[in-house]
Amino acid sequence: MTLAPVEDLAVSGAPVSPRKAAKPPQDRSGYLFILPWFLGMAFTIIPFFASLYLAFTDYNLLNVPNWIGLENFAEMFSDDTWWQSVKVTFVYTFVSVPLSLAAALGVAMLLNRGVRGLPVYRAIFYLPSLLGGSVALVLLWRYIFGLNGIVNAFLGFFGVEKIGWTSDPDYALTTLIILHIWTFGSPMVIFLAGLKQIPAMYYEAAAIDGATKWQQFRKITLPLLSPIIFFNLIQSLISSFQTFTQGFIFSGGKGGPANSTMFYNLYLYKQGFEQFHMGYASAMAWMLLIIIAAFTGLNFLMAKRWVHYDN
Amino acid sequence: MTTDESYIERIGNSRRRRFTKHLLLCLASIVMLYPLLWLVSSSLKPTGIVFKDLSLWPAEWDLSNYAGGWTALQFPFDLYLVNSVVIVVLSILGNLLSCSLAAYAFARLNFRGRKLFFALTLGTMMLPGHVLLVPQYIVFAKLGWLNTYYPLIVPNFLATSAFYIFLMVQFIRSLPRELDEAARIDGAGTFRIFWSVILPLCKPAFATTAIFTFISTWNEFFSPLLYLTEQELYTVPLALRQFIDSEGQSQWGQMFAMSFVSLAPVIGFFIAGQKYLVKGIATTGLK
Repeated sequence: MTLAPVEDLAVSGAPVSPRKAAKPPQDRSGYLFILPWFLGMAFTIIPFFASLYLAFTDYNLLNVPNWIGLENFAEMFSDDTWWQSVKVTFVYTFVSVPLSLAAALGVAMLLNRGVRGLPVYRAIFYLPSLLGGSVALVLLWRYIFGLNGIVNAFLGFFGVEKIGWTSDPDYALTTLIILHIWTFGSPMVIFLAGLKQIPAMYYEAAAIDGATKWQQFRKITLPLLSPIIFFNLIQSLISSFQTFTQGFIFSGGKGGPANSTMFYNLYLYKQGFEQFHMGYASAMAWMLLIIIAAFTGLNFLMAKRWVHYDN
Repeated sequence: MTTDESYIERIGNSRRRRFTKHLLLCLASIVMLYPLLWLVSSSLKPTGIVFKDLSLWPAEWDLSNYAGGWTALQFPFDLYLVNSVVIVVLSILGNLLSCSLAAYAFARLNFRGRKLFFALTLGTMMLPGHVLLVPQYIVFAKLGWLNTYYPLIVPNFLATSAFYIFLMVQFIRSLPRELDEAARIDGAGTFRIFWSVILPLCKPAFATTAIFTFISTWNEFFSPLLYLTEQELYTVPLALRQFIDSEGQSQWGQMFAMSFVSLAPVIGFFIAGQKYLVKGIATTGLK
């Protein structure tokens, strides 16, 4: 349909028909290259629909799945533990994601311009985010924040009474939020790379015009960095909604004390693989998918107002 | 605009600012590193004084935690290490092979459905893994793959990690097409071009993929928890978890010692591959 640009024809010289020049030849061997991918995709798409089906059944791994309609979803809404797991996951996400992104951006800005020893600092701040989800680190956290741990000992210097960071339902989630914020290194590295792309002359020009640092931040840094802030926000939200190991290890697999660390996925695991309520677990998984999709969609909608792209 | 006085003042200001900046960064660094250093130092202290001695430098050195921790669980710790290494090495191999094949096709070859397939790949990046969990578990169970490493390894050979495909596609797109064309004129076929021209140039992307796969597989807790129930097959994170169950004051030191053993390879890889890691994570956010 589309004609090749005249120059192309002139350069190639050979009598190429416009149609052929516009469409490069098909390379069937591509299918051979994506053969493993194809199998993998089948292994994603089929379970995707299978779990949608199971969400409407009472499957328990032993019996044939029975279609029970929306019963799993109805049960969810009257299940206090389910609500608790939603609450835990929401509080965890909506407190720790903004704070860790703010820390990531703040430190990235400190590191951005001419700090001596940048690679060392960057390494120090990045390292915890690589280890944060590991069992060893969560175990360590349990002990650091234990009743006789170093955090209480440190606070003791200031006369603060011992806090049951791991045993008091009011504090257990806070402790895990602190762990999450501590792992701000990976968004920080992305921010740092983004900040490097903003030409220094923008700031110089703004400074000559008498803009304060805060104005420069508001009018130059934030808009130019907004696509990257957006990327980090979406990534952090999605992964935070899926937190599992932290809750599991922290509470010895129980989500306690008093369900205060019963993350959504931890409850899903317990329903599916401890109680073998596979249908209910599938319904829970779909509910989470809907929640994540809703928040991601909402973010994309709001992004139109604050995310600026060059082109 | 700049009298001498204000110039000097400005120099003084920027010095002071630089000083505050470093002070802030140093304080933050201490907060970041203290827990890790405390872990290492606690693993070297006699268990009785772990919580009484807050200093990072052990007054009394005691290596017995390592010896004790190594054999504290049902099997010696080297079994768990070997199990983890086997899974990690095969996962890296699988990811490199399958993702580079797919990435080359997506980046360079022209075939019907390519754009749709690539969009599908990116779509799976957003998909929470737990949606697929139950049916995949059922399939693996029906295949008789419970208590084997297949569920942990095979998906890596099927290019299921969209992130690595994306990384490699971006990388291959940045390579000049003239290279392919020159090879094609010299009579190389598509596979030959992939193998002899593209792959050798992909080393940085491969390094990033290998390091990321290493760290995420090494730390992975959920899938092994799901698929491995025999202790003999346990990976390092599952083994570490055992220390919670056998919790008692006497074993803290041993737990810290084995925790450090489990973190050491990640820290080692991190130090060796920092350049690739930083580049890899930065490009995913920017493009």
